[in-house]
This record gives sequence, C-alpha cells and structure tokens, in this order.
Amino acid sequence: MNKKDRSLGIYVHIPFCVKKCDYCDFLSMPAGESEKTDYVRALIKEIEECWEKYGCTGTEFKVETVYIGGGTPSCINPAHIERILGCIDKEFEHADREKTEITIEVNPGTVTDGMLKTYRELGINRLSTGLQSANENELKALGRIHSLDDFLRTYYAAREAGFSNINVDLMTAIPGQTEKSLAHTIGLVTDLLPEHVSAYSLIIEEGTPFYERYGTEEKRPFDGDEERDLYHMTVRLLEESGYERYEISNFARDGFWSRHNTAYWTRRDYFGFGLGASSLIGNVRYRNTRDFESYVNRPASPDIFDENIILSRDDCMDEFMFLGLRMSRGVSKAGFESEFGIKPEAVYGREIDKFKNEGLLREEGGYLSPTDRGTDYGNYVFAGFLR
Amino acid sequence: MDQSKIRNFCIIAHIDHGKSTLADRIIESTGLLTSREMQAQVLDNMDLERERGITIKSQAVRTVYKAKNGEEYIFNLIDTPGHVDFNYEVSRSLAACDGAILVVDAAQGIEAQTLANVYLALDHDLDVFPVINKIDLPSADPERVVNEIEDVIGIEAQDAPRISAKNGIGIDEVLEQVVNKIPAPKGDRNKPLKALIFDSLYDSYKGAIAFVRLMDGCVKKGTPIRMMATGATAEVVEVGYFGAGQFIPCDELSAGMVGYITASIKNVRDTAVGDTITNAENPCKEALPGYKKVLSMVYCGMYPADGAKYPDLRDALEKLQLNDASLNYEPETSVALGFGFRCGFLGLLHLEVVQERLEREYNLDLVTTAPSVIYKVHKTDGEVIDLTNPTNLPDPSEIEYMEEPIVSAEIMVTKDFVGPIMELCQERRGRYLSMEYMEETRALLKYELPLNEIIYDFFDALKSRSRGYASFDYEMKGYEKSELVKLDILINREEVDALSFIVHAESAYERGRRMCERLKEEIPRHLFEIPIQAAIGSKIIARETVKAMRKDVLAKCYGGDITRKKKLLEKQKEGKKRMRQIGNVEIPQKAFMSVLKLDEDK
Repeated sequence: MNKKDRSLGIYVHIPFCVKKCDYCDFLSMPAGESEKTDYVRALIKEIEECWEKYGCTGTEFKVETVYIGGGTPSCINPAHIERILGCIDKEFEHADREKTEITIEVNPGTVTDGMLKTYRELGINRLSTGLQSANENELKALGRIHSLDDFLRTYYAAREAGFSNINVDLMTAIPGQTEKSLAHTIGLVTDLLPEHVSAYSLIIEEGTPFYERYGTEEKRPFDGDEERDLYHMTVRLLEESGYERYEISNFARDGFWSRHNTAYWTRRDYFGFGLGASSLIGNVRYRNTRDFESYVNRPASPDIFDENIILSRDDCMDEFMFLGLRMSRGVSKAGFESEFGIKPEAVYGREIDKFKNEGLLREEGGYLSPTDRGTDYGNYVFAGFLR
Repeated sequence: MDQSKIRNFCIIAHIDHGKSTLADRIIESTGLLTSREMQAQVLDNMDLERERGITIKSQAVRTVYKAKNGEEYIFNLIDTPGHVDFNYEVSRSLAACDGAILVVDAAQGIEAQTLANVYLALDHDLDVFPVINKIDLPSADPERVVNEIEDVIGIEAQDAPRISAKNGIGIDEVLEQVVNKIPAPKGDRNKPLKALIFDSLYDSYKGAIAFVRLMDGCVKKGTPIRMMATGATAEVVEVGYFGAGQFIPCDELSAGMVGYITASIKNVRDTAVGDTITNAENPCKEALPGYKKVLSMVYCGMYPADGAKYPDLRDALEKLQLNDASLNYEPETSVALGFGFRCGFLGLLHLEVVQERLEREYNLDLVTTAPSVIYKVHKTDGEVIDLTNPTNLPDPSEIEYMEEPIVSAEIMVTKDFVGPIMELCQERRGRYLSMEYMEETRALLKYELPLNEIIYDFFDALKSRSRGYASFDYEMKGYEKSELVKLDILINREEVDALSFIVHAESAYERGRRMCERLKEEIPRHLFEIPIQAAIGSKIIARETVKAMRKDVLAKCYGGDITRKKKLLEKQKEGKKRMRQIGNVEIPQKAFMSVLKLDEDK
C-alpha cells in the first residue's frame, strides 16, 4: 500500500443544526455558541495531531476533495469554517489547491449573502443544499424549517456569490406526496439547472419521530410498489432533463459528479474529522466516538475510536465490488486487477455469471456495470459479492 | 431400614394446578435443603420444563420429615408428568409408589386430566388423598371443589388440606397426611431381590443408571444382578438415593426403598423401563408386571437446517432416545430438505418438547415438517401399509381404501362454552357421544375425533373458544375407514415433497387454499413472480402468487456508512443461507411448519 501521491479526501463533520428534522437519524443536535466553539477547537486539535492519531505521515497524501457536512455546517460562524480550512491547508498538501473540490452543506434559510461570499473567498467551490420538496405541506410533514422561498433565495444568492457547482437534495415517498406534486418539485428544480441532484426515498429510521409516526407496516405512507413507482418517475424526469444517473441516488449534468463521494465508492483514502466521523486509511477503517464529551476532551486520542477495523485482502476486494457497483459505470476490471493482481472473474466468476444471466449485470468497455434492474436489486447483487 | 418409616408417593394434578410448586414446598419443609440451595423448582431441572411449567421426565427425590409424633420419616417423592401425552410415564411412576397426593385447583376444580390421572392411580391400587391448592386466589371456592371431588371422583375430601403451595400455606398439614394417609411399603427384605425399574438415565461416566423401587430383597455394591426381561447381567457398582438434583451413594437399598443402581451398564436398553431387576444368583420367581410398550401416535420429519449437520442430528437423537424411550426415529430423505429423520412421538407436545431440546441442548437448527398420524393404507393387492410419511402414499389406483386413527376424547367445559366447543368438535369431524353435567355449571362432553384433527392446533382452538375454561383428555380408540386424499404443494411449479399432507377429502379444498395463503405470507418476494399451488393428484385446487420484488437497495452509502451497510448486507446474505432452495426459490425454514398454523387468525 505504499503508493506515491495517494489522492486523499477529507470529510469534516459539523454535528449541529437549528432543529433536528423528524426523519433525521444523523449525528446532529442543536447547540449553543460555547459548545460550538469548544467543538471547533477540538476539531482543529484533531486535524493538527492526526498524523500521530493514525500513525502515518502526510507526505504521500495529496488532497483532492474536502467535504464539510453535518448536521448543518452553515449554522456555525463562517469564522470557524475559515479556521478549519486554514488548518487543513497547514497540515495537508493539496494536489492543486485551486482545483480541490471543496463542498459545504447549507440549509436553505440558514445562510446569508455575506456567508456565501465568505465561503467563496475561502475557496469553497461546491454547495449542497436540501430542498427535499417544493410543496409546503410536504416540507411541514418532514419537519423542515425552510420554505420554498427560503430555498430559492439561497439558491439565487449562491449563484450570485459565484457558486458554479450546486447540488440539490430531493426526497421521494414523503407522507402526502403524489406523482403530481413530485413532478412539480422536479420540474422546478431542473428549471434552475443545478449541476447535481441527489434524490432519496425517505427511509423511516428507528429512533426518529418519524418511526413513531410511520414505523409500522400499516402506518407506512407508501407500500413498496408505490414508493418504487415514485422513484422510477424521478429517475425518468431527471434523465429527460439531461441528468445522468451516475450512482444509485446521484444525478449530474455535464460531468459534475461529486468527486468526493465518488472517492468513497472507489475506495480511495479519506480522513474523517469530527464527532463520529469515519476514515479509510490503507486497509483500516476507523470511526471516531459518537459521544460529544469524549470527543471534545480527547479528539486526537486513538482511544476514542468506536471502530478500528483492519480489512483483509478479501474484504478489500469485496468492498471494491459492492461499492463500485453502486455507480452506473460499475467497476473497472483492469482497475481491480491492478489493485489486487488478480482478475475479478477469478474471484467472483460464479456470481458474475449468475447476475449476468439474471439480467442484473452487464459487461461493456472493460467495466462490469449494473443494469437498471441490477440497480433496483442492488442489495441482492452487492450481497453476492460478500464472502 | 424400617419400612414403616418410608412413604413412597407422587403428586398428580391437572397441568398448572400447582404440582411442581407443592413438590418444592415439600422438599423445602422437610429441610434437606436451605432456601438458598433451592432452584426455583427443584424437580424440574431441565430449562425447558421450567419455562413451560410442565414436567417432562419423571424424577425422584428423597427427603427426611420429622412428624408431629416425633418420628422421622423418609419421603420418596416421585414426580410425574401431568400432560396426556405422557400418560405412559405417569403410569410407570405410579407403579413405584404406594400412594398419591391429588392436587386440585381451588378455583378451577376438577379438570379432564385430573380425572385421567386419578383413574390411572386407582388402577395401580394407590391410596389417593386430595389437597385443595390456590385457596388464596380471589376466585377460590374450596368447599365447592371438595364436594366436586366427592361427587365426581368418589373419594373422601372433607378433611383435604386447604393450601397455597405458592405462599407456603397449609404445607404442614399435607406432610402429616402423607404420614397418616399413605401406606408404608410392605416388602420383605429376606426374599430374593425384586426391583422395578421406573426410569433410567445415561451418564457418560457411570453408564446406565437405573431408577428403582425395591419391592423385596436388598441390593448393594457387588450384588450380581439380572434384568429379567432383557436377560442382561451385571455386577452392582454403586447404589444410592436421590438428593435434590443429585445422586447420594449409600451402602444398601432394601425392600420398600427408592433409589438408583449403577453397574457399568453401557447400553441403556439393557435397563429397560418396566423391567424387573433380581439377584442373578438368587432370583425371584416372577417378574413384576411390566408396562405395555408405548406406541408413537404422531410422526414428523426432522431435518437439519444445515445439511452438513445431519450426523449431529443423528447423534443428538440417539442421545435423547437413551433418556426417552418413547421417542423413535428412522432415516429418511426428502427432495426438498435432504437427509433427515422420520420421528415418532407420543403426541404433539412430546414432539415440541423433543424439537426444543434438540435445538437448545444440542444447538441444532431444525426444519420440521407437518406432523402426521399413522394411516393404514389397504392396497388392492391385499397389502396393508402403515403410512407415516405422506410422500410414501402409493398411487391412488393401487389403493383400495384408507383408514385413520380415532380417539375417544373427554372435554370438560363450563356450560357457557358448551356451544362453541361442540361446534369446534363438529368442524373437526367429531362424532358426538354424550354430555353429562357434573354439577350445575360444568359439563363433560364425550366425542370421538380423528386423531389427525387434533394433532395440529386443537388445544389452542379449545382454549381460545372457551376462554381457557375447557380441558381435554383422550385415548386411542382404533382405526376407521375414511375418505382421505394427499394434498401436494407446488412452488414455482415444483412439487415440494416436505409440504405434502394427508387430509380428509371434504376439507381438502379449504386446507389447500389456506396453505397457499399462509405460504404466500412466508415466502419472501423474489426477483420474479412465484406461483404457489395446492393440488390433489394433477388437479390444482388453489393458487396464490408471490409478486415479484420491486426493489432491494440501500439508497445511501457514503464514507460513514460503509461498515454498517456491509453488516446489513452480510445479515441479508446470512438470512438467505438459512433458507431452503427449491428450484430457484428460496423458502424460509418456518414455511415448512405453516400447516400447523392454518387455523390461526381466521
């Protein structure tokens, strides 16, 4: 694993939000200024001391992408963001700082024009914002704090500030959603021409207010078939508007893939900084503690890892397949061979043949890729590549 | 040992009337154990028994009681199973006793099993005295129950101890009555050895351990013994008696005593329950009357969920059989399930108990097929087959006629529920015999019922339709000619042998339909549509369809999710492994038990 110039992604987790949405199971909470300041101080300490924490040196890593996610990064003072990015610049080498993809997630209505301007000045060049729905009732059902107007204001302001790479999150299977209201939302979004759209079906996660409300079989707002019909319609409408579905839930026009997320699916190294953040370094997957106190007190100590999993060569191969097959282009056979020194057929021949026969996989231009059907039955296919 | 100071007795009761609790109190009060040493229920030392509150395997315990007259008495309390399936075990326990305590619930009064067990005890010439338990319940009515016992059973009950075994009320009175009402044994220690084997156990160190009641003579280390029925001989290595949950060696067992004998006997079959042990050099003239050989009434296929575990299942069955003579099995093969065994049981409860013991004590994951009774198939060429596996039914053209087993059933029920219970019996093809009122509010219904109608869920249906107020007992009556057909199940157009069952022609359509509905719920969606059909011969009588799955995909998977998502996928894959592959359809193990639940949630 001693490749030169290992490209690197950096994820920074900001676990704060104004109000937790009713369906959210992310690590996020409302907090006061002093907690935020304490947290950022810890975050910076973690970044500064990460080389000791992970027991490696930074020399061969070249940063390609930075992603500031949450929670809602826009609910902390942009000065904090500035310190964080400054620290990253100090500790890490960029492949080319100008071209580093730096994304920040913002909630409609929580950013001002000034903040957006500051982000741009810090070199942040990609913005991700969650509209979810253009229908006010549906937004209310989700427990979101923004309105359609908030979103539009933020979107135009971002363009004004010079953001030329914007992602919009959409959601299907919202309680009360109809084909008509969904088509309306999608039409409104595609007219705005964002470079990227992420579309998810609402998942009712245990431990959320939504689970109480819709958790049981009878209470589900949509059955599996209706839910799938809505999602298929979403895919169709986005594709008709020039968006390429390059991953199960991600759509881009003109090649504006999320480079940062693509790195996850191609198993490139990434450092995750912050509460509960995950990292993949070489063949080890780490995850920081999810306990706020522990993290803030000892952010750079290896004893706060919740997870520290050394992957075997077989594990790495399995991940290569099941992560790669999330993407429409699939996995590169040559890529697999150069990584592991063996052809994928030699390891997964039986599964590959089976899935091809079932019309779930196809082979084209040196790539093994999922068919549309294969994407719908992704888990069935992915599970087949786990040994 | 002075026989006049020995009392050998058992406790008989309807299930849940408090037999095991009373046994515990007796053991506690006689003081051999401190409360701290007591497990919740000392006699029931199998986990399973504790959880279900039933006693499966008869066991014995010896305690010392200092009576009010100042004398010490040896109590040998021999535990008996309460359930109808285990009548056979009850009967062998009774033969080792001189008397019995009849426990009756002060609220519920006499139940079907109470009667069955009392009659069994009287058949064995035991002196029976009643005890009224649970007098602390709000609904208790001891005086009514006393009268009921006198009227229905015809034994003296006015001075029956009124007790609460749970709260330790009235236990002293029970102990005194054991001394006064149960006769001392009347053996002769100078006669040749004559000991009844009432149970046996295999221990890997000691070999077979015979649980015995000495009628005459004595036995000690070094005594040459002979089992009179099997003819096996051995030299005694150890004798002793039963502490609570342990064996306590002693020098000698003599006439009237209850204890155990070990003699390095490798094969438990050499110490057959019901056999008589005598002195090989000085034998007694006549053996004790043995027990009649117990017959299996219910059969089912048992298969390891993981085919590679077949040898483990075989070993486990072998070991279980050592301690459970009423279990029998032979190898069989199923297209759907691979290698397994056709196992015979006393009844459905026995089946469940064995199944759970295999799963728990031997850590086996099992697939059990629908239980079946033994049908007699009369072929056109005059041959008669005992059919235990529906798959082996000959071609209809070779069948002259078929017979099915019929039982005589007694159901005791409060009068409010007579209607619903008669309706239930009617639905189950019952033949009404009689109804008599035992008292103003309770009736005893007598029916003849086909055994195959009661082996599935009759108990549950009885309980739910009487709100728990009906009790039930039955015995085999014989075979009767019947219109029976074999119902086959096809999944994705392939016949699944393990799902076939025999059913009365009139209920075939209904059963087939419900079976398809049930399987539709059990079989997960696949990538393609799966027809489920029920057929008699080549005629399809019912059909359901499992629709194709529309999606199965994790929408989100980013840097922080990978390990968790991988675990989910692994779980999904693990779940698949536990399914049975029939053609290209994966069927969950429990689908094979679906037929058991056909009458639920109607």
